[in-house]
Amino acid sequence: MMIINLFGFLLIALIIWWFWLYKPKQTTVNNHELLIEVQNGVYSPSVIQVPANQPVTLKFLRKDESPCAETLLLPALEISKQLSLNTVTQVTLPSLSPGEYQFHCQMQMYRGVLKVV
Amino acid sequence: MTVTNPETESTQQLIIEGAGCASCVGKIERALKATQGVDSAEMNFADRTVSVTGSVTAEALVKAVESVGYNAKPLDDSGAIDALSEKEEADWAYYKKLMRDMTIALSLGVPLMIYSIVVGEMTVESNLERLSWLIVGVLTFGVMYFSGKHFYLGAWKSLKNHSANMDTLIALGTGTAWLYSMVVVFIPDAVPLMARHVYFEATAMIIGLINLGLALEIKARGKTSEAIKRLIGLQAKTATVVRDSKDVQIAIEQVLLNDVVKVKPGEKIPVDGIVVDGHSSIDESMLTGEPMPVEKSEQDEVVAGTLNKSGLLLFKATRVGKDTALARIINMVKRAQNSKPPIGRLADVIAAYFVPVVMIISILSALAWLNFGPEPAIAFAVVSATTVLIIACPCALGLATPMSVMVGVGKAAEAGVLIRNGEALQAASKITAMVLDKTGTITEGAPSVTDIVLANASDEQSVLQLAASLESGSEHPLAQAIVESALAQNIELFNIESFNAITGYGVEAKCDEKALLFGNDKLMKRENIELTDFTEQAQSLAKEAKTPMYFAVDGELAAIIAVADPIKSDSISAIKRLQANNIRVIMLTGDNRETAAAVAKKAGIREFYAEVLPEDKANKVQALQDNNEIVGMTGDGINDAPALALADVGFAIGTGTDVAIESADITLMRGSLHGLADAIAVSKATLRNIKQNLFGAFVYNVAGIPFAAGVLYPFFGILLSPVIAGAAMAFSSLTVVSNANRLRLFKAKEH
Repeated sequence: MMIINLFGFLLIALIIWWFWLYKPKQTTVNNHELLIEVQNGVYSPSVIQVPANQPVTLKFLRKDESPCAETLLLPALEISKQLSLNTVTQVTLPSLSPGEYQFHCQMQMYRGVLKVV
Repeated sequence: MTVTNPETESTQQLIIEGAGCASCVGKIERALKATQGVDSAEMNFADRTVSVTGSVTAEALVKAVESVGYNAKPLDDSGAIDALSEKEEADWAYYKKLMRDMTIALSLGVPLMIYSIVVGEMTVESNLERLSWLIVGVLTFGVMYFSGKHFYLGAWKSLKNHSANMDTLIALGTGTAWLYSMVVVFIPDAVPLMARHVYFEATAMIIGLINLGLALEIKARGKTSEAIKRLIGLQAKTATVVRDSKDVQIAIEQVLLNDVVKVKPGEKIPVDGIVVDGHSSIDESMLTGEPMPVEKSEQDEVVAGTLNKSGLLLFKATRVGKDTALARIINMVKRAQNSKPPIGRLADVIAAYFVPVVMIISILSALAWLNFGPEPAIAFAVVSATTVLIIACPCALGLATPMSVMVGVGKAAEAGVLIRNGEALQAASKITAMVLDKTGTITEGAPSVTDIVLANASDEQSVLQLAASLESGSEHPLAQAIVESALAQNIELFNIESFNAITGYGVEAKCDEKALLFGNDKLMKRENIELTDFTEQAQSLAKEAKTPMYFAVDGELAAIIAVADPIKSDSISAIKRLQANNIRVIMLTGDNRETAAAVAKKAGIREFYAEVLPEDKANKVQALQDNNEIVGMTGDGINDAPALALADVGFAIGTGTDVAIESADITLMRGSLHGLADAIAVSKATLRNIKQNLFGAFVYNVAGIPFAAGVLYPFFGILLSPVIAGAAMAFSSLTVVSNANRLRLFKAKEH
């Protein structure tokens, strides 16, 4: 029984580490633009490093037909875009000051972050 | 936000219009290649598109194509109508797929379910039972693969990405149930005899029910965007333009600025413009909510999306494409529909941590059963863990706010009220004090001269002549009233010199060697002009809601000219509606006390501030806010900008559709103050709806999870079945969407 309990708590620790503590690797935007695929519940890449003070274009390619994937919100910049299925939707961002900018779908199941440095 | 960045090295696609022959291809390509910044341009003649690479703006490319005689537009800019029907098609396809998945899953799940109820415990004891359950297990795997693949794939993808979502919970829940059942079938000895129970029916039923829930949700979601669909539907698809004195029917995207557009009775106005010929009445109700048709003749503005009722109109296009008022309204409504009021932020924060927390709770629940539960503990542990995973529904929480905002903002737009964002929506629902500007808001804003009381002057005509000459330099609405009534009597105006407007007092100028002064009593006092008993006459005019002004020539009072601005016919009833909602209504005006009191009395307003200088309006708003009032300020959006900006909610009141919709928190498309009451009623209803949704979602998750974990078992011996949890989850988000849809039936006018 001890072993089972220990295993359970290890599993909990693993969940905490995997979802909250682990820092995922970042994708850096080169050439002012980046293609982001929207499929199976994730933006890939979802952690995006963006250079400060220059405009960038994010191109979203939605492959997921579930309606959750449809709306892209970037609340800090008051951006909301409808992503149509299987086509690239361009989102042009103005020059940003350094900081973190979350973007997500309406229900926040799809989540990503722009790290402006 | 679709500013094209000129430095971007990229590939762009353009749709070419008017290219009828293969030889056009070379011409277009050459024109594009000659544009600065273009590296290559290739045209596909079959589908009339060109792809261009290089660092160049789309606008420059379109110009280049137009310079050789064709029309072009960027591909990602294609008509909103097409995008919408495309979306509907995509939704329909997805709906059909989900229904098919649901059928597959339930055709296995339902018989199993019936078996478990009728025959009883699905235990595995004999070898025959093992074999038959193995077959069922394989069939269940088929269901998982064919109907539930998207859950597992989504769960795996997001797991790899260190994120978790609804798919994760469904995949873990159904996966656990299936794996445990397979263990029971293959190695029954691994579990105690009493726990040899299979849960294939749970896996199949949950997948089926959740697919059904998703399918129904898509249907319900479609309804939430009905308002925007209606707005988009107002756009005409084609327009008749007059080119080379011939009528040409072209697609609306091809209408260029300054084209002369012809609209027959019964047709929609395709783009914004100014009438150059013809006379007709136009129904603008679809945009402004104003039911009376508006008469239009030469020099009047017409707006895209409105309906020409009676006559033939020719007008010059002044705004086309995405610059038309309708396109801007659509854009704004869309943006507002996706913005979130502050009330939804807590739910967002919770949603971000929700899924991993539920996973942890499910492990803790399983451990609790294993440690303290009765035999067969392992079966109980598996059931409780599965049920916790399945019943938790982050979707309901995440959907609660956006769905209601979507319907609420759309509903407001239908009544001619444009709400800028979620914050404005929430603030509007809490307004306790409404500040109204008098001129143009409560009143028509079109004053006219009613009385001329002579003092030292000899005749009315010469008074009006001098006064109108003086006021022709001023832009004040009262001044214009005087000029207009002089012109109406065919009075010729003199030239004036050294005109000077003294803010808050009046105006002065010289005319024909005479020193003219025109303004309020303060001005007269300042200039030491004797008013004698004319102040009483002025006061009695003011008590009739007229604005008296003093006119002095060479230091002597010449006459009192009174101007009245009639109250809008429906202002009184609209103000009553506001007051019935316990909103303190306050009137501000630069006008004198007596006139203000008379207008306020007529309009049913108890509180007013008269003789307020324009720059003091913001101070009045501030004073109310210091008094803990949530202040709404209503003005025409031009003179009142600082006060509008300072107020918790700024309402810009437009007459017709000529409004700067980007300037205020809430824009009323028609002049009526009923728009204010409508806006507040809709935002109150929306906030109430959001609260219901959030409350439902919170209670559902907070109460559902412990229930699923089995807290009731020690007391009542009840443990929730995973199938019930699956049904509950599937229908929880549907409930939220349906509740939001209920808002569509809300009638603002009745509140």
